[in-house]
Amino acid sequence: MTEMPSGDVPLSPENQRVIQLTRKDFVSDQEVRWCPGCGDYSILAQTQKVMPDFGVPKENIVFISGIGCSGRLPYYMNTYGFHTIHGRAPTLATGLKAARPDLMVWVITGDGDALSIGGNHVLHSMRRNVDLTMVMFNNRIYGLTKGQTSPTSELGKRTKSTPLGSVDRPIMPLTVALAAEATFVARSVDTHTEHLQDTLERAGRHHGGSFVEVLQNCNIFNDGAWRDFTDREFRDDRMLVLKDGEPMIFGKDRDKGIRLRGLHPEVVTLGVDGVTEADLIVHDEQAEDPYLALILSRMFWPEFPVPVGVFRRIERPTHDSLMDEQIRTATEKSGAGDLGKALLAGETWTVD
Amino acid sequence: MQLTGSQFTRTAAVFGNDISTLPDFPAEIRAPAGSLPGVSGFQLSFSSTDIHTPGDAPDVLVAMNPAALKTNVGELPAGGALIVNSDAFTQQNLNKAAYASNPLTDGSLKQYTVFEVPISTLNERSLEGLDMTSKQKDLTKNFFALGLMFWLYERSMDPTLTWIQQKFSARPVIAEANQRALRAGYAFGETTEMFHTTYRVPKATLAAGTYRNITGNEATALGFLAASKLAKRTLFYGSYPITPASDILHQLSAYKHYGVKTFQAEDEIAAIGAAIGASYGGALGMTASSGPGIALKAEAMGLAVMVELPLVVVDVQRAGPSTGMPTKNEQADLLQVLFGRNSDSPLPVVAPATPGECFAFAIEAWRLALKYMTPVVYLSDAFLATGAEPWKIPSLADLPDITVANASKGDGPFRPYERDPETLARPWAVPGTAGLEHRIGGLEKADITGNVSYDPDNHHRMQLLRHAKVEGIARDIPPLEVFGPAQGDLLLLGWGSTYGALRSAAERLQAQGKSVAHAQLRYLNPFPANIEDVLRSYRHVLVPEVNLGQLSMLLRAKFLIDIKGYNKVRGKPFRIGEIVDEAALILSDRERPR
Repeated sequence: MTEMPSGDVPLSPENQRVIQLTRKDFVSDQEVRWCPGCGDYSILAQTQKVMPDFGVPKENIVFISGIGCSGRLPYYMNTYGFHTIHGRAPTLATGLKAARPDLMVWVITGDGDALSIGGNHVLHSMRRNVDLTMVMFNNRIYGLTKGQTSPTSELGKRTKSTPLGSVDRPIMPLTVALAAEATFVARSVDTHTEHLQDTLERAGRHHGGSFVEVLQNCNIFNDGAWRDFTDREFRDDRMLVLKDGEPMIFGKDRDKGIRLRGLHPEVVTLGVDGVTEADLIVHDEQAEDPYLALILSRMFWPEFPVPVGVFRRIERPTHDSLMDEQIRTATEKSGAGDLGKALLAGETWTVD
Repeated sequence: MQLTGSQFTRTAAVFGNDISTLPDFPAEIRAPAGSLPGVSGFQLSFSSTDIHTPGDAPDVLVAMNPAALKTNVGELPAGGALIVNSDAFTQQNLNKAAYASNPLTDGSLKQYTVFEVPISTLNERSLEGLDMTSKQKDLTKNFFALGLMFWLYERSMDPTLTWIQQKFSARPVIAEANQRALRAGYAFGETTEMFHTTYRVPKATLAAGTYRNITGNEATALGFLAASKLAKRTLFYGSYPITPASDILHQLSAYKHYGVKTFQAEDEIAAIGAAIGASYGGALGMTASSGPGIALKAEAMGLAVMVELPLVVVDVQRAGPSTGMPTKNEQADLLQVLFGRNSDSPLPVVAPATPGECFAFAIEAWRLALKYMTPVVYLSDAFLATGAEPWKIPSLADLPDITVANASKGDGPFRPYERDPETLARPWAVPGTAGLEHRIGGLEKADITGNVSYDPDNHHRMQLLRHAKVEGIARDIPPLEVFGPAQGDLLLLGWGSTYGALRSAAERLQAQGKSVAHAQLRYLNPFPANIEDVLRSYRHVLVPEVNLGQLSMLLRAKFLIDIKGYNKVRGKPFRIGEIVDEAALILSDRERPR
């Protein structure tokens, strides 16, 4: 089986063959059935575009999804695909990866699928560091069931199920992922195609549990949910593009930044009140502790520019490698198991 | 107490007796000693002949305190031997057991042969000089009682002495104390003139072979290990802890050097989800639980039916509904596993009848799952899971070959739902196989291509195909075997762990010259092909079940035969006597008193 190369590993001759694949090789023969104008089209296209870059044969790639509009994505990928049941995609991915560490496993989910019905499985697949890439389409609404409030809907949101406004406070997906010990946490936007491609590619190359939130527009039931900061005219001023090792600067004129005062981040303007670049937080994806990433995960429009990019990226042993390691150790210690011995274990006696 | 029981079991089994056990313990891990809910018991029957149950009523009851006496004395027949730890009959313990007066002195036990032994005092005396607290010393008194039993039944102490040495090798004082306690109990039996008889139970005549003592859970775990070796695939066992299924997880977790992958999931749903994921990847993915957990797994079992992947789901049944009585026995999940999912969602169900049989049926469940590409339910229960019997160890050469091949690239486009014409199984196309990239899922599939389909005629056809695939398994399983006359007055028909009581009842009735047969169903879906013929060969059919009439309802609905149920749900297995009485009532053609 082909090993998945990480960024700095030279490609094997076999992978060089595979890398000749193009986006078209990853397009299945199924007709795409999302609503016209849905943000999912772009996520699908960027996913198909980055696939050849991994150098993994398409038969070694599996897309597993739950229920919701996002759940249809595997049908459109010309790889192996499994459209499972509501909220449970991470569980199937965990079992598949345990049985078949050689496969590259993607989990496609939505805000309801991942954070409501499947919340428990997101927590546990991340804390185990299962080597999978979870892409959560966040449109702050239940689309497939025609417009009810979701776990990321804002407080007071009026929907079909909350005509007087939602009384439930939304949760912050990336804070949850960080709290669950995800080793790769990132955010991107459906319409920011290059940034999305870059984010998906980096997530796919990470060994371990990756959690990617994609801010996605449901143009039928929650149109413009993210427009206030993602539209071309505002995005430079209202979003913060995270870059590892660089100070947190944003704004059309690159004149604004994020400074830390005590435990609180604040927006400052360079050159005003003597603020210089040296005062700004320098992003560190690989910080051993999660505090910086947690602070970033709490920053959101309108109080703050919305951070996008990689919040956290650390290396830890993966679930499947630890499982295999135990089997190796046990086999070295006791020898390869012999069924005949297992049957005869304990006290036996013979009847003539 | 469970330890004492299992030590006696080992000793009797190694001696060559046939054995059957019924551990009976509370769900509370350390319920207050001396209280009624805290009573832990172990019923053991051993015999020189082939026996099938732990026995209806004991010949000897050992009660370590008033609460134990109160909970169990009802099981002892008049004239039975009652050995009590008289030291424990203090006013405080009598109060805990809600005795108004001391049963040892108020004459209420006069129908029994009572032996009052100051076990605590004698035991403590035997431990004099050991560096232990008196509480620690008191904990060894069960071994004193065991020693006394070994003398009474002329058993060797050696296996237990060795076992104690190994078990407490790191704590020599505790080992010494337990060994002394055991010897003191034995010596007490030998020197006192209290007991006038000892019981001598010679070896049983079992079929030739090598034997070991095995519980149902042990046999189940071994069977799954064997299945993975026979199928030449990795065993992936996803499970969430639940009584009485957890021991299977514990045992399989110790088989890492066999390549077994065990996974303690975050919940019951994740356990089955991961199992399905593993099966999708080409492994033997399986999960186990008890009734409450099976309820949680229902949606995922439906997914496995839809995507037609091999999967084995173990249900070690316990008394319900809801949390019920977790450590007590019941066989009331039959209709749940057959019908507890949305829509028509057929899957095969198998049910071993004895602890030893669990091994063969674990393999059989996998044979069916692999050959027919289907989830299979394996029904065990608390009695089978924790009960023990001597098990004749099979030779590896006698085990079946259950290998199946993965799908490989053929000519033309891959069709994930093109079926084998004989079994109706679809191909197992495992990720990593070039050219077979395809998508499956819970949405209805178009016949042959496996694409998503909402076509009305296609859905009807697919429902029929899924049904026919499972029904067709009837051609591939053994016919229902009958013990006794092929035709007659009465058939005793059971399933699962009622086997022993029913077989023994049939033997007793046959010995009385009655025309009675017994059959035990091991396949509950589909039924063996000959079942209707069997049912119609007897004037009466009695179906005793530890539920309120689930199999009898199925059989009545399916065959329109006036089957009678005998249903008791006391958290315990049937007694032979009650089956015999019920059968006699039916044979007398009188109405049962209601």
